[in-house]
Amino acid sequence: MNENLPSPNGSGDPRKYKRTTFGVGLLKGLGITFRHLISPAVTVEYPDETDKPPPRSRGVIALKTENCTVCMLCARECPCWCIYIDGHKETRKEGKRSKKHNILDRFAIDYAICMYCGICVEVCPFDALFWSGEFEYAEHDITGLTHEMERLNQWMYSVLPPEVLDEGAEGPEVKSASQGEG
Amino acid sequence: MAQLLQQAFSNDLFILALKLGFLLMLLPATLVLGWVELKLGAHMQHRLGPMYPGGFHGWAQTLADGIKFVLKENIIPLAADKFVFALVPFITMLGAALIFVVIPAGPNLVIEDLQVGAFYVLAASSIGVIGVLMAGWSSANKYSYMGALRAAAQLIAYELPLVLTVAAVAMLAGSLSLVDIVEAQGPNSATGLWIPFLFYQFLGFPVYVAAATAELTRPPFDMPVAEAELITGAFTEYTGIRFAFSFFAVEYISMIGLAALGAVLFFGGYLPPIPALDFVPGIFWLLLKTAIILFLLIWMRWTFPRLREDQLQKFAWKFLIPLSLVNIFVTGLIKLSPLA
Repeated sequence: MNENLPSPNGSGDPRKYKRTTFGVGLLKGLGITFRHLISPAVTVEYPDETDKPPPRSRGVIALKTENCTVCMLCARECPCWCIYIDGHKETRKEGKRSKKHNILDRFAIDYAICMYCGICVEVCPFDALFWSGEFEYAEHDITGLTHEMERLNQWMYSVLPPEVLDEGAEGPEVKSASQGEG
Repeated sequence: MAQLLQQAFSNDLFILALKLGFLLMLLPATLVLGWVELKLGAHMQHRLGPMYPGGFHGWAQTLADGIKFVLKENIIPLAADKFVFALVPFITMLGAALIFVVIPAGPNLVIEDLQVGAFYVLAASSIGVIGVLMAGWSSANKYSYMGALRAAAQLIAYELPLVLTVAAVAMLAGSLSLVDIVEAQGPNSATGLWIPFLFYQFLGFPVYVAAATAELTRPPFDMPVAEAELITGAFTEYTGIRFAFSFFAVEYISMIGLAALGAVLFFGGYLPPIPALDFVPGIFWLLLKTAIILFLLIWMRWTFPRLREDQLQKFAWKFLIPLSLVNIFVTGLIKLSPLA
């Protein structure tokens, strides 16, 4: 074992470390900063030029209104309580039976409170919530950050199709309604 | 015209106005140096630094900062010793500006060529410590007081190596006058070569740079300022223009002063590097050499982490001072050898 390396349990004697000549480390440090000084800066001057974030960045959450069943799972799981859902039940006649349906009246996310954890997207059993990479929705008024249903639905245009699964990976757990148990 | 000029230059008041004008030029110089520091530091971290103020690469950033400081509220704490508190910016500025009195920009282009020039510079640069102590005491704040005491301890420790390196240079030149020190780096009568004292002071120059950085309480020797835990030390309670003057302006002015002194002591001041470039005015060479040392100071600031208080003292007493004593011994040997 190389005795110059600190032992893994952290009890290495620092006096046994290899010491370089005094000043060499300082000069190395100066060399590093100088090399970085002459290499170009990585800053993107945002309002003047726009950097394209990675395609699956977590920019904003989009809502596919048709898929929402007002199950409230997202609103209940949300750690910030930033999702507002209103709905009512309607009875519809289907053949001889009447069946109750949930109708979505309001779906809103307050992005002033949201912490972009994505739990709502994960928890949604009906694929109604998606991540979108759009991030330019800053507002001068904080109330403007509460996106209502229509606006959340508009973000859907920028949602990418789901990623192709790896070969040999298990398929999605959820069976689609059409396959049903019956 | 020539007669008018002659008349003007023989007028004491005119000369005095010129000298004061020169000292006033230090204020815009701090703005430029502040901007350069911002930009260099940013680029060393792969950032761009200020880009908007003024249009071209944010050149007006420090100017805007200065205007902001002027417009800010000037607060004096209730428990403060108001007279001493208000006096501090003047004292610290005095210590910083007095250095320039003896820095020569040419054989005759110097405010006062004092015979004890090098000694005078060291004395003048120590006045700032009194200002810092006054600031810490009068603020009635424990952080200020801690910062002031740390500053005093540090400046005492690092004054010694600074004095010893300057002493070594004075030994080589055989004079304390800064003009004489520059001239001693001129063409050697025997060989005709121009050799700056850096050649003999290969030990002295690093010690000078370290001690000067510590005198300026700049990183890596910024324990008295220690933004992280002492919130700029002795100047915690200062606001507005008082803060800008006693802290920023003084830091940059003394930085220019000590860099110019370093250029004079080690790089041959206003002398060109080779005799063939004699036609370029000496002030250009002085400014160039000063700029090189300033770059070195900024470069070190953005490279090295801050030393702990005990490391700081150890570094001064156990390393720099013995090294500068060795340097004096080596200088003595050089002085006796046929080299000089």
